[in-house]
Amino acid sequence: MTAGVPAGSPARAGRSLPWTVRLERRLEVPRWLPFATTLGAVAVALLLSGLVLWVAGGDPIAIFGHILRSSFGSLGVLSDTLVKATPLILTGLACALAFRMRLWNIGAEGQFLMGAWGASAIVLFPVVPDGTPAIVTIPLMMAAGMAAGALYGAIPGVLRAVRGVNEIIVTLMLNYVAALWIAFWVFGPWSEGGFQLSRAFPPEAWLPRLSDAADVVPALSGLTVHLGLAFGLVAAVLVHFLLFRSRRGYEIRLIGDSPRAARYAGVNVARTTVIVFAMSGALAGLAGMSEVAGVVHRLQQAISPGYGFTAIIVAYIAKLHPYGVVVAAIAFGALILAGREIQPSGIPAMIQGIILFSLIASEALLRYRIRVVRRVA
Amino acid sequence: MIAAPDAPLPTPDAAAVPAVELRGIVKRFPGVVANDGVDFDLRVGEIHALLGENGAGKSTLMNVLDGLYRPDAGEIRVLGRAVEFRSPRDAIAAGLGMVHQHFALVPTQTVTENVLLGLARPRLRLDLRHFDEEVADLARRHGLAVDPRARVWQLSVGEQQRVEILKMLYRGARILILDEPTAVLAPQEAADLFRTLRAMVAGGSSVVFISHKLGEVGQIADRVTVMRRGRVTAAGVATRTTTPAGLARLMVGREVVEAIERSPFAPGPVVLRLRDVAAESDRGLPALRGVSLEVRAGEILGVAGVAGNGQSELAQVMTGLRRCTAGSIVVDGGEVGNRAPREAIGRRVAHVPEDRTGVGTAPDLSVADNLIMKSYREPPVARRWSIDRGAVRRFANRLREAYAIAAPSVETEARLLSGGNLQRLILAREIASEPRLMVAVQPTRGLDVGAIATVHRLLLDQRAAGAATLLISEDLDEILALADRVAVIYEGRIVGLFDAAAADVATIGLLMTGGSATPAAAPGDAGRSVP
Repeated sequence: MTAGVPAGSPARAGRSLPWTVRLERRLEVPRWLPFATTLGAVAVALLLSGLVLWVAGGDPIAIFGHILRSSFGSLGVLSDTLVKATPLILTGLACALAFRMRLWNIGAEGQFLMGAWGASAIVLFPVVPDGTPAIVTIPLMMAAGMAAGALYGAIPGVLRAVRGVNEIIVTLMLNYVAALWIAFWVFGPWSEGGFQLSRAFPPEAWLPRLSDAADVVPALSGLTVHLGLAFGLVAAVLVHFLLFRSRRGYEIRLIGDSPRAARYAGVNVARTTVIVFAMSGALAGLAGMSEVAGVVHRLQQAISPGYGFTAIIVAYIAKLHPYGVVVAAIAFGALILAGREIQPSGIPAMIQGIILFSLIASEALLRYRIRVVRRVA
Repeated sequence: MIAAPDAPLPTPDAAAVPAVELRGIVKRFPGVVANDGVDFDLRVGEIHALLGENGAGKSTLMNVLDGLYRPDAGEIRVLGRAVEFRSPRDAIAAGLGMVHQHFALVPTQTVTENVLLGLARPRLRLDLRHFDEEVADLARRHGLAVDPRARVWQLSVGEQQRVEILKMLYRGARILILDEPTAVLAPQEAADLFRTLRAMVAGGSSVVFISHKLGEVGQIADRVTVMRRGRVTAAGVATRTTTPAGLARLMVGREVVEAIERSPFAPGPVVLRLRDVAAESDRGLPALRGVSLEVRAGEILGVAGVAGNGQSELAQVMTGLRRCTAGSIVVDGGEVGNRAPREAIGRRVAHVPEDRTGVGTAPDLSVADNLIMKSYREPPVARRWSIDRGAVRRFANRLREAYAIAAPSVETEARLLSGGNLQRLILAREIASEPRLMVAVQPTRGLDVGAIATVHRLLLDQRAAGAATLLISEDLDEILALADRVAVIYEGRIVGLFDAAAADVATIGLLMTGGSATPAAAPGDAGRSVP
């Protein structure tokens, strides 16, 4: 058919640039490259965001400076940043753990809400009467929150393990169910005086805050950081240990890389699926508990501005590494906090979005190298 | 086993412009020089074999020629004209097409649709009937028997390969590069392919035939270029002047000892007993139809057969990876059929699977993580529910050294290993579990001569150590060299069982292809054990 076409010099070569850009598949990924591309992607995202701000008539440098000041500028705002980061650490870990096994748990939001509900139930049913010391109430709330999240997470796990149901759809849909479940309780049985929120928890059900110690150390007054942050940090260490130092974690990583190899190695993939989903749900549930017991002190509808969804981005930025989740969660906590200061408040959300896009785009650099090739006339 | 070409070899006209000329090709990858100043020329109307071990740089060289890789240095001429292909599309425009080891076909589409894929015609209306005829005609002219209306998933591997060749021919390829085309073919299919290639070069086409099998190079090629470690060790030698031993020396740089030393046959008690085992394939068709076999300690039972006669399923039911629909599988007195894979692992059934990268290893995990796949539940690797990283490293390093796994460190990702090294890793791991039964499926497929010798030695060491071995292979020579007894499998049944020493290759070949056996080796004898 076309055997006679002169190759290597297509007709368009004369008009185009004297070089072309080619993507070549990488055979080997240097260890530093994932970090470099992540940092690079964030830098590019900030540049792009700055460009948008500048076009909109803002001064990007001043705005970024303001974001930094309003989230890290003083002990007070730093503390607020960490409060925002706390649920993100826990939900981010929930996502990272599931994603390691390539279980796409998009339902951290719903598991978060169920965890908040489970923890609230301890004081609102009430399971323990008001006045029960915190040393009893708090652990019970933790256990109930984690159990509620775990059970809720186990639903898509079981469906996936037994019937092969797509977990993305199930977890996504269950988010709405959980939101309605909360609505039912705060509109109905737990409503306080007809308002759509529960009565405030008794102080024994509050997670201790740094400011509680202000009597002793006056400098701590006004600092809202609560014990939930410690939950997050301890959970990060535990998840790291689980993934990289335990038999179960080895199985999770094995299944995540190659389910067929895992089966060949004798791993019970179905059981591990349920267990990992439950563990992921428990982490998200603990986040919900920490939010109602540490920040809101009551159950109401608006307890999450989408922590469970932001967690997906956090886990992704962290490259599914538990310690990376902590860092990424703090960065995103800062952005959420800055949302209060920057008008319109959509700006930080836009920056988040651009960061995610840049990160996804930068994945290509891990798999391909870009080469500029000179054309031969 | 394959008929030699009956016609005398055509004498290529050396004075004519060569079809392909490669001069001083250099291609570097991180850490390796895959091609180090390689020269190669292909004459019009010849079949030129490119011979070399795995990793010698054969495929890289041809990928450079095909425009898939850019050379770091060197010059490419096609029919006398200097070219610089930026993609295989440029190459095919110049009449040069390559058929890779892994086919690029759409399984749910028909042969014709696959052939047309990516072409400018037909534009709007898909008048496939017209194109069906065109493809059928092209296929007939080249002796590539395949139904244009068949869907690709229905085709055998050999037929799929014909579709790949048709794709290239339809695009006007006059120069064909085949990357290890016989690796996936049964002997009969290989003979068909050879006949097609002969006809094509007789019609003025030219063929580069990449291979690491000495025997077929002599059968099919007019000339041979041998590569070793990125360099040419013999350039364009007429195959009539070569011997397999001579080529092997050029290929591996040392004399290959063909005969394998083996200890005398001293079978122990029966380790594996299969009774009337039946199982279905992935597509739900009967794959095993009542297989009964026994394997004793210290014995290698070879299962010979053409691919797709139930061998894969046989290995899978024994290791718990596939359900059986009937029968029993007993290892050391315990049933393993229809149990979780852990049951077989617990009974020390080792498995060298057919699919090294999809089943046998987890590509993105480290060499160390891959080496502990079967031992991570027990000390010293496991400390109750945690894993002792220090013990893992010691264990992995010990195996890496003992089995000469060439990897920079045990933290290297498994996907970076070559085929031979990956197989060493798998064997190291399986042997380290001190198996009672070793199930090895195609353990040397795609490996080079040196790696094959290693694998054979390791399997024989296991035999000497008293393990029972079930060796499933399509390579009859391998089975005859290693096995004590040979079972022939055809359409899910054992159709013959022989003492390897007394086995007759012609009879086995006949049984493998569905021919009837001599009375002495009738199917009824399948359960008969050999003293």
